[in-house]
Amino acid sequence: MITVAIILSAIFMLGGIFFFFTATVGLLRFPDFFTRLHATGKGDTLAVLLCLIGIAIYEGVSLTALKIVFIAVFMAMAQPTATHAISKAAMRTGVQPWRKGGNRE
Amino acid sequence: MNEFFLGAGIGLFVLVFFVLYRVVFGPGVFNRIAAISAIGTKTLIILLIMGIVYGRVDMFVDISMAYALLNFIGTLAAAKFLEMEKQS
Repeated sequence: MITVAIILSAIFMLGGIFFFFTATVGLLRFPDFFTRLHATGKGDTLAVLLCLIGIAIYEGVSLTALKIVFIAVFMAMAQPTATHAISKAAMRTGVQPWRKGGNRE
Repeated sequence: MNEFFLGAGIGLFVLVFFVLYRVVFGPGVFNRIAAISAIGTKTLIILLIMGIVYGRVDMFVDISMAYALLNFIGTLAAAKFLEMEKQS
């Protein structure tokens, strides 16, 4: 039986998988470390939030959906923090940002 | 609907293999850590999809929560370790 909740869940899941795909393309194709982190840091955060909201809608109102929403809130705080920490460590260690016309790593 | 979630899981599993290229060949240790963090994020969603396919979401959501915490702590610890190793 196709209900509104299932269609909404499928739309959220497809959006999440699309943003996972774009984040992966950015991680593989961008020229240096900081641009790759820019792709995965933002793309993965949005994709994981969309996928978790889709699964929570599919589950309906229950304790499991509440736990999934808790994971979503945690990921929305943790993913930017991890991205910031690793990029600060790379900047202090001396990784040079890519300039236009430079070599692709 | 079960087939839809199975297809979504297989799609994410294929994406993990593309990210694995960056883990194996990526120049420098920072590229590898960023790629491992991206793989951990995808694994979180794959675990929940496995729970839906097997019909045991109430069990797999706890594993997924623990995986999210460990992925965050691991990335943070690796970043701090590399920063301190360079300064000393």
